Amino acid sequence: MSALVEIRNLSKVYTRGKQKIEVLHHIDLDIAKGDFLALMGPSGSGKTTLLNLIGGLDTPSQGSLSVGGQRIDSLGEGALAKWRSEHVGFVFQFYNLLPMLTAQKNVELPLLLTKLSAAQRKQNAAIALKLVDLADRATHKPTELSGGQQQRVAIARAIVSDPDLLVCDEPTGDLDRQSAQQVLELLQMLNRDHGKTIIMVTHDPKAAEFARHTLHLDKGTLVEQAAQA
Amino acid sequence: MKYLHLVWAALFRRKTRTFFTIASVLAAFLLFGLLDSVRTAFSQASESVAGANRILTMSKISFTMSLPQSLLPRIQAVPGVKEVAFANWFGGVYQDPKNFFPNEAVSENFFSVYSDFVVPPEQLAAFKSTRTGAIVGEALAQKYGWKIGDKIPLQATIFPQKDGSNAWTFDLVGIYRVADPKDRNNEQAMFFNWKYFDEARQFGNGAIGWYIEKVDDPANADRIANAIDAISANSDHETKTQSENAFTRSFVSQFADVGLIVAGIMSAVFFTLILLTGNTMAQAVRERIPELAILKTLGFSNPGVLALVLAESVLLVLLGGLAGIALAAVVVPAMSVHAGGLLPDSVRPNTWALGIGLMLAIGLVVGVLPALRGMHLKIVDALAGR
Ligand SMILES: Nc1ncnc2c1ncn2[C@@H]1O[C@H](COP(=O)(O)OP(=O)(O)OP(=O)(O)O)[C@@H](O)[C@H]1O
Ligand SMILES: [Mg+2]
Repeated sequence: MSALVEIRNLSKVYTRGKQKIEVLHHIDLDIAKGDFLALMGPSGSGKTTLLNLIGGLDTPSQGSLSVGGQRIDSLGEGALAKWRSEHVGFVFQFYNLLPMLTAQKNVELPLLLTKLSAAQRKQNAAIALKLVDLADRATHKPTELSGGQQQRVAIARAIVSDPDLLVCDEPTGDLDRQSAQQVLELLQMLNRDHGKTIIMVTHDPKAAEFARHTLHLDKGTLVEQAAQA
Repeated sequence: MKYLHLVWAALFRRKTRTFFTIASVLAAFLLFGLLDSVRTAFSQASESVAGANRILTMSKISFTMSLPQSLLPRIQAVPGVKEVAFANWFGGVYQDPKNFFPNEAVSENFFSVYSDFVVPPEQLAAFKSTRTGAIVGEALAQKYGWKIGDKIPLQATIFPQKDGSNAWTFDLVGIYRVADPKDRNNEQAMFFNWKYFDEARQFGNGAIGWYIEKVDDPANADRIANAIDAISANSDHETKTQSENAFTRSFVSQFADVGLIVAGIMSAVFFTLILLTGNTMAQAVRERIPELAILKTLGFSNPGVLALVLAESVLLVLLGGLAGIALAAVVVPAMSVHAGGLLPDSVRPNTWALGIGLMLAIGLVVGVLPALRGMHLKIVDALAGR
């Protein structure tokens, strides 16, 4: 399989006042198209930082980063925003749905940036909700849904514009075991049946078992790359 | 337009707060609607006198300039003029300057021209035969407990007597009532004999403040007004003949720059409004930083986020503001009936236009700082709650 994500000599430095903190040190990493990668490591090791760079939410201090053949390390803010809307879906620990909007409208959000008509937006969002098995909750607001259901709405929102790449930061971190299981099975299904490349940060070894590979990050450096059966 | 539901949802995220903010915007624009209507009434250039059965002639230059007595027969001769009365502003003070009420020296036939001021015939006869006689409105008499036969002392502010004294004394010989009880605010004036005033005053003798003409047919009022003004055209005392309402406004204008007062009040009101809604918007955006961060994560551009927040603050002000002026549009016609020409009979298009312009401006001013904050937020920091 060809590499979807190519990372070369990637470093990230945060400046806090006069102090410079290098959070990621010279990372080299290829992530194959169609992979499901679990990223583990102690708190503060730089997992979120790396994920945000790959998702184009932040820009590296040094090194190169390409996704799907496109260098995104040098894109400006506007171009990066457009790139994100077309190529990446995001899933966060606390779902980050808009509380005033129904599940349906939350899922439609990314489509507002496309040229799709209102009817098409509605239809695509309905398909995405069906895929996460929440078609019957389309008119519910986030507060009327359980954590697991909210996270599945968030996943529907992440896939509705059909991106190649899903980045998930501790998607099960706030869920009970059973809901976590559902979410992980859903991600696995999206990877297996829909060809989505998924990068998932997790603290939970059981969650990591759903992935094809696991990577460990420690103090800003990749320490091992264990292939799983 | 496809983003409207986002703006709407953001606006009503905190219903109570939004409700109170909209209510204060509404109150401010209700006040604006009323005051700007007053200002409009005052700034209306020369208004037609068509439909009036009584018109007034004053100096074209200023209300305080008087007119020659020689005009009287010439005005009387204008076809369509049924009767001409005249008056001078006296400006006397009763006991204390706080006790303001209009008092005027008027011609003998004044109450015949103002037939809606009803005076019993024997009192009217007494007025005509008593040199120092005065007639007051019933409401005014009640206010100061005056009865017929009382002597009413006024302190002159403009016209001293020949001996230099400012103390004038009048004999109350009559009390007038208005025909329509709704017009009782017209019962606040005092009228006395012009002849006595003219003979006793130290200066200005023979000069007339303004003429009042009763016309035979309101449909002819415009033509008659023009004919009257034509008499004095190109003289040193050119005249302006206008309706009573326009006259009232000219009169008030000499004491107060209404435009300036309205501008002053509204500046204070809008300044407060900007602070208040500005605070609401700042709070609303601060609470929603994570949500704005998500929109940016999904690919909403910086200008897009800026526009969303600005649209929200403009919508907030528009909702309250339009309701406020709409309410003014209901209140103004009702009030105008009793306002003696100080209010127009409706909220005029120019008031709506100015109001909407102000709403847009205030909405943008109030939204710009929160919008910039939302636009410049760093996604990774906002997501991490930093
Ligand atoms: N914007 C920032 N400014 C300064 N320091 C930062 C910033 N973002 C991250 N850091 C620091 O970088 C380091 C790595 O942070 P990161 O969030 O990537 O860790 P993580 O592996 O995701 O941790 P966790 O498991 O707790 O989520 C931490 O020490 C953090 O304090
Ligand atoms: Mg993290």
